[in-house]
Amino acid sequence: MKRLHFKAALLSLAVVVALTGLLLGVRLEQQGTSLSLSGATPDVLWKMAGAGLFIFLFNLLRDWIDAARGRLPALPGVPGGISQLSELVAVRRLFWCFVIAAAIVFPFFANRGAIDLATLVLIYVMLGLGLNIVVGLAGLLDLGYVGFYAVGAYSYALLAMYFQVGFWTGLVAAGALAALFGFLLGFPVLRLRGDYLAIVTLGFGEIIRILLNNMTWLTNGPNGIGGIDKPTLFGLEFNRRAAEGAQTFHEFFGIAFNTNHRVMFLYLLALALVLATLFVINRLLRMPLGRAWEAMREDEIACRALGLNPTHIKLTAFTIGATFAGFAGCFFAARQGFISPESFTFIESAIILAIVVLGGMGSQLGVILAAIVMTVLPELAREFNEYRMLLFGLLMVVMMIWRPQGLLPMKRPHLELRT
Amino acid sequence: MTEPLYYFIQQLLNGLTVGSTYALIAIGYTMVYGIIGMINFAHGEVYMIGSYIAFIVLAALALLGLDSLALMLIGAFAISMIVTSAYGFSIERVAYRPLRGGNRLIPLISAIGMSIFLQNVVRLAQGSRDIAMPSLITGGWSIGPEEGFHATLSYMQLVIFIVTFITMTALTLFISRSRMGRACRACAEDIKMTNLLGINTNNVIALTFVIGAALAAVAGVLLSLYYGVINPYIGFMAGLKAFTAAVLGGIGSIPGAVLGGLLLGVTEAITAGYFSTEYKDVVAFSLLILILLFRPTGILGRPEVEKV
Amino acid sequence: MSQALLEVSGLTMRFGGLLAVNNVALRIDKGQVVSIIGPNGAGKTTVFNCLTGFYQPTSGSVRFQGEEVSGLPGFRIARKGMVRTFQHVRLFKEMTAVENLLVAQHMHLNTNFLAGLLKTPGFRRSEREAMQLAAYWLEQVDLLDVANRPAGTLAYGQQRRLEIARCMMTKPSLLMLDEPAAGLNPKETDDLKALISLLRDQHAVSVLLIEHDMKLVMSISDHIYVINQGTPLADGTPQQVHNNPDVIKAYLGEA
Repeated sequence: MKRLHFKAALLSLAVVVALTGLLLGVRLEQQGTSLSLSGATPDVLWKMAGAGLFIFLFNLLRDWIDAARGRLPALPGVPGGISQLSELVAVRRLFWCFVIAAAIVFPFFANRGAIDLATLVLIYVMLGLGLNIVVGLAGLLDLGYVGFYAVGAYSYALLAMYFQVGFWTGLVAAGALAALFGFLLGFPVLRLRGDYLAIVTLGFGEIIRILLNNMTWLTNGPNGIGGIDKPTLFGLEFNRRAAEGAQTFHEFFGIAFNTNHRVMFLYLLALALVLATLFVINRLLRMPLGRAWEAMREDEIACRALGLNPTHIKLTAFTIGATFAGFAGCFFAARQGFISPESFTFIESAIILAIVVLGGMGSQLGVILAAIVMTVLPELAREFNEYRMLLFGLLMVVMMIWRPQGLLPMKRPHLELRT
Repeated sequence: MTEPLYYFIQQLLNGLTVGSTYALIAIGYTMVYGIIGMINFAHGEVYMIGSYIAFIVLAALALLGLDSLALMLIGAFAISMIVTSAYGFSIERVAYRPLRGGNRLIPLISAIGMSIFLQNVVRLAQGSRDIAMPSLITGGWSIGPEEGFHATLSYMQLVIFIVTFITMTALTLFISRSRMGRACRACAEDIKMTNLLGINTNNVIALTFVIGAALAAVAGVLLSLYYGVINPYIGFMAGLKAFTAAVLGGIGSIPGAVLGGLLLGVTEAITAGYFSTEYKDVVAFSLLILILLFRPTGILGRPEVEKV
Repeated sequence: MSQALLEVSGLTMRFGGLLAVNNVALRIDKGQVVSIIGPNGAGKTTVFNCLTGFYQPTSGSVRFQGEEVSGLPGFRIARKGMVRTFQHVRLFKEMTAVENLLVAQHMHLNTNFLAGLLKTPGFRRSEREAMQLAAYWLEQVDLLDVANRPAGTLAYGQQRRLEIARCMMTKPSLLMLDEPAAGLNPKETDDLKALISLLRDQHAVSVLLIEHDMKLVMSISDHIYVINQGTPLADGTPQQVHNNPDVIKAYLGEA
């Protein structure tokens, strides 16, 4: 029986009016010490009216809409041929070789802005891959991932500032310190149930940021640390003139100085870090540890009954994830030359999480694509930038409802028994 | 030497003031968790929206020439509660109901998305800068000697205590006496069983969100008047604090939320008063981490038995 | 008397006011198959949970190979050679049958991080050996032809057998089976009986069994304990238990 749902439609219309009427329809204006109000632009009002009408009609005609939706064909999946093709190891290998080759030659053909943007994308890829180990592979929701990123960045920045440590030593130190933080935090908290763990890690990330902000004697507080040394290539600097006792890249190779060299070098360095990350993750997936993560995600109780130590196994995921955040943080500090606690807010954690969620938890390729989309889109459309976070939030909700496994769900390499 | 004593009393009063608003927000977390076992991460944003609506209503009533303080406050409370109720209801309907009964991380991620979304809706609609309002309720009683150092209980603080007390009493009566309240308690015990007994648990869950949101609005009105400044980002911190309070008291327990809120408020005020304001958030988060580690059931929570 | 493999005495478990297990004693010697029977809700699974460290018993002692294990976390007890299956099959459903077995071998494998990263010869060897052992056990439980299928897609009887094989990968000395015959047809139950005998005779595994299928219990057990409402009711050989009037009244009488 199809009928008009008048009551439901009116009710939902009322809800829409309550939701939008005051909050969007009126704008608070500060005038000196007192407040006044101004109405929204006609444009906004029209949109509100449109939304109200849509919801009203949707609820009114729900029976018909449901019926129509039932008749619609299901969303087309990936064509069978292609998905079969992607199963083939050789095809996959070829695909990855092609992608890597393209990524390597990219800076030699692109302009400076594009390379810069690509480097930023690579930082997010690295963060996404690192968080993916924790969230996607081990199934632990870490909302304070940015804390480890901050630890990495500040480790290098502080070591460089106080002890004149170079980038490469700094990179190792940053990874090690982030791992140490991950280990120390993870050890007590990984016993907690999933959602409590999420909140505790969130609290941890905030604590790190607040400490960085307030330990002015060490970190220079909100003013941040500047003048951080750029990376060198085996001691070769990318400056016009070398520092005392050092040599520059262009002098060593006898080519003209070009500021683009440094940008390209930073890009290739980031790419190398990403490739190293990918390598480690792919090995991990094929190791007993990787299998244990998946098993732990599926059924922790069964794992315990088989003698697997849950804390130990989760801790490895947490620590390895933190290490990659530390590397990324160190690179970030070296690239920017300046860091402040502002770069390490919860929103940053949420963006990295959005990348993982959008890409498909556990999926490498998915995370890479998501990082590209999330970073490049706001740059392409400036007006989009204003709505960036709004859309991120919306996207997270929509993805969880529509496709919680992500756009490209993970396919773990299954070990085959050959007889 | 009574100065240290009055200083302490002052910190205690400040702590209890803020703590009672934490308690109001914490009830929203604790009720939702008690019934469907999820952390409603967007709850802090509902509080923030409540504050904005309060400012809008107060500004509008002032522009209309209303000069009765009581009427203005009643108007602010009523409209703010109605609007946030609509938000609580819609959030549950849109972002959580389709996800019920799966992996518990999925609704949590959805809730984080919802929180970011709402924060940015308000930022785009109302701007991201601070909005300040002159205090409506001024003056207070001094406790201690007239001359020299004394503690003050401002009228605003008194209003906060009274409103919180009335709200809590109303909630307790509702939960313990009304039909719907009984259904709420039944759902907290065993939601599947309650459903089988013919109670529409969807309605109960929706109601829980609405009540939580309305209480967050009360807190929003009170706290924004107390501090006099709001911006779209206040919900995040307030939400985290209130969640801490809920966990401290024992998540799922309403008296626990009240106790946790007051304790947290006092702890923060003492930290700010005796050490440094900057570190009061660190203390709050450390407290959260410590409770979860050593007594995850909180002060009044029931222990959970793992089902094998 | 020689040392028992597992010796339990005074085991008591309280949940708040509820006395779920009351003063239970058990003894299993090497190479024995011992069963715990009792009506539904008698506390048999709770006994299992207490023995394997999933619950902390309120009081009592659990000595495994002469060593007190009560109070240890579950995974430590499992590592000592006491592993269990579950009343409701708990496989890793998304993983293939063979991978389920490989996970169980985790504690015996070369889990060194660097070795795995660099694929050292030692790492390759240990992986190969794990695979061989998995293949051996798949063959023993007749699942070789479904080795590469996700465990969740197997038939119920196959899942039951896979769960037992998975336990065997940990090289246990005591295997604890929680209602392994539940939901199996008579043919599958016979296979199960043969499998249990094989494990005992050829792999030197003792078996502690919770089971409702009396035919299976009576035909395979060396010793039977009867529990009713958490309290030990009787124990003895199948014959003794079968003829015990208390048992017949409380449990078998209905059958």
